[in-house]
Amino acid sequence: MANKQFVRFDNVDKSYDGKELVVKGLNLDIAEGEFVTMLGPSGSGKTTCLMMLAGFETPTNGQIYLDNNVISNIPPHKRGIGMVFQNYALFPHMTVYENLAFPLRVRKIPKDETDKKVDKALSMVSLQGFEARMPMQLSGGQQQRVAVARSLVFDPQLVLMDEPLGALDKNLRESMQYEIKHIHESIGVTVVYVTHDQTEALTMSNRIAVFNDGKVQQLSSPDELYERPVNSFVAEFIGENNTFGGEIIDLSGDKCKVKLNSGSEIFANPIVAKSKGEKTTVSLRPERAIIDPQSSMDNNHKGKIEEVIYHGDHTRLRVDLLGNKEFILKVPNSSSGMNIKEGKEINIGWNSSDCRALDPK
Amino acid sequence: MSKEQILSSDGIPLEQSLKKAERKNKLKAVLLVAPLFLFLLIIYVFPIGDMLFRSVDDRMITKMLPNTFKAMEKWDGRDLPDEPVYKAIYDDLKYLKENKTYGKIIARLNYEKSGFSSLIKKTVRKLNKVEEGNYKEQFIKIHKRWGQPEYLVALRNAAPNWSYAKYLKGIDMKFDQDKNITLVEEDRRIYKILWFRTVNVAFWVTVFCFILAYPISHLLATLPMKYSNLLMICVLLPFWTSLLVRTSSWMVLLQQQGPINDLIVWLGLATDDNRPELMYNVIGTFVAMTQILLPFMVLPLYSVMKTISPSLMRAGKSLGGTPLVSFVKIYFPLTIPGIGAGCLLVFILAIGYYITPALVGGASGSLISNTIAYHMKSSLDWAFASALGTMLLIGVLAIYWVYNKLVGIDNIKLG
Repeated sequence: MANKQFVRFDNVDKSYDGKELVVKGLNLDIAEGEFVTMLGPSGSGKTTCLMMLAGFETPTNGQIYLDNNVISNIPPHKRGIGMVFQNYALFPHMTVYENLAFPLRVRKIPKDETDKKVDKALSMVSLQGFEARMPMQLSGGQQQRVAVARSLVFDPQLVLMDEPLGALDKNLRESMQYEIKHIHESIGVTVVYVTHDQTEALTMSNRIAVFNDGKVQQLSSPDELYERPVNSFVAEFIGENNTFGGEIIDLSGDKCKVKLNSGSEIFANPIVAKSKGEKTTVSLRPERAIIDPQSSMDNNHKGKIEEVIYHGDHTRLRVDLLGNKEFILKVPNSSSGMNIKEGKEINIGWNSSDCRALDPK
Repeated sequence: MSKEQILSSDGIPLEQSLKKAERKNKLKAVLLVAPLFLFLLIIYVFPIGDMLFRSVDDRMITKMLPNTFKAMEKWDGRDLPDEPVYKAIYDDLKYLKENKTYGKIIARLNYEKSGFSSLIKKTVRKLNKVEEGNYKEQFIKIHKRWGQPEYLVALRNAAPNWSYAKYLKGIDMKFDQDKNITLVEEDRRIYKILWFRTVNVAFWVTVFCFILAYPISHLLATLPMKYSNLLMICVLLPFWTSLLVRTSSWMVLLQQQGPINDLIVWLGLATDDNRPELMYNVIGTFVAMTQILLPFMVLPLYSVMKTISPSLMRAGKSLGGTPLVSFVKIYFPLTIPGIGAGCLLVFILAIGYYITPALVGGASGSLISNTIAYHMKSSLDWAFASALGTMLLIGVLAIYWVYNKLVGIDNIKLG
């Protein structure tokens, strides 16, 4: 059975200057074989957490456990954690082979076994035949793959990746995302991945920890995170989001009535705000709102198209709806050819269950 | 199918008019470079060429004593020469005496063999009394050295127009009477000691500079900006101070009644009446030169270390290398271009260092450059000074060549 608490942050605080905590009371369990992403804006403390796990920073308070052992006093080189750095950190004076052999040589592994392991690691990232190249002679994507291979070559149980795809262009980044995901699936290593790119986090991870202000805001699977954000920060940070500020005026079971700041009333799903009179921010994904809904939906309002932006596979509409001039709608590109023009009035409908009443901003 | 010639709008082939347009730009570029080129030529190429020339130029004596050397051509160089040689010497000396230019040959001949000075002076003084005929006998009567073959051989040996005798002198060798290369007498072998001391001082100054500069440069490259700037100013401050001031302040510090000696006495490492001599010997040269040349080691090292990403050391550690292994296998090899540049710079500067050894070095701490200066200013043996300078130049080029073979000159980084 997989260890459910392979990596455990237990009430970890971190402060650099003694005045401000960059990580506050962090609790996080990562199971063996899991791919967990730490996602958050810059300065949210995610990289600090990774550095504490790798051993380059020490927690100010609390403990970090690896496989049920406290690791705070173990220096980085004895932790046996593989790491991929933001700028790859390949050793520029060594060939690809020497780069990969470095962790094996310091572990005094015999030459023939080293050769085998290096070969295996390189074939994992499909870079056989590049052994004699210097890192400078490789493209960005190839350097990235060498860095991944190097972090895996000594069979660590845990691999940390610190925004490893940040320097690559969009297409390469996407293909590398799949490649890393497949490597993770095939060898079953535990991966802790840090990124500020939410698409990257959504495509790759088993679970995502959304960081903000030194705290984990939500830790859940990608679909859970997208469909059911628990607070307005997560809802805003992950994917696109339409928001309305308002106050709950009626509450019955899993449905509530919200009086918006503009005076109109809508139905919503009470998540955080659970009592009458509470201030709330209502969140709705653009794709859950439909123009001219055929079936009956409990929210149905008129809006005016302010802007039409063509995106190829879909068209985005910016609509003035219930006092929110930034309401975004996505219309799939279909042959039906809906009549959408700037300035036109349209009916927009959505279900109250998709419309989550969260904490006020 | 032949290519059609492209014409510009006025009918001239495009290629030609392009060249014409570019010629103007090229001319401009050449004119811009010309002042620097001339400057280099005048202050660099020409003086070095002149130095090389002077070090082997030995025509003065042949010009001054033309008849003598002509007459000597027939002489076998074993026994005393015959009458015609003495007559030629008489003619030449008489001419020189009338023109009052015999001083020059005295110095030159005295380098060849000591004793010539008094010989020529006495002869010239008594030249008026010499009567025509039987010059040989009269000359020997004036000075008995005219009857010793080795003086005449030395005179003849001074004849060649071009000579590398100065270079031999620079390595404690000379031509003997039979034109064979031999070592000079035991008690006159001073240049070998001097060369050895110079290379030794340059080597150890380089080593000390390296040992001191490596951690400083590392600190400079890794400290936060506000501290590293302050440290950088401390490193560069000596650059903004006159070399003479810095050397003099070392003299203040190192003298026998100076603060460093006071400290040594206070610590009880030496008694007050037995203070160690820290100056006017090799210790003073070491200390002062290391301090003065330190920035030349720090700057290239710093510029190289600045480019080494701190994540490389982290990567080394995360891959299982202990801090020491990571340093030796990763950080150190990456700083080699800086080490090479710094060591080469410091060594080359140290090997030709002049002011500091002259001021704090004393007799046992003076270097080859001080000897060059001595021959330029005091003994006026410019040819020898040039030869020593050329040997220094060749030595530096040799070091450069060896470095290129060992490390590769592309592998050098000054910033």
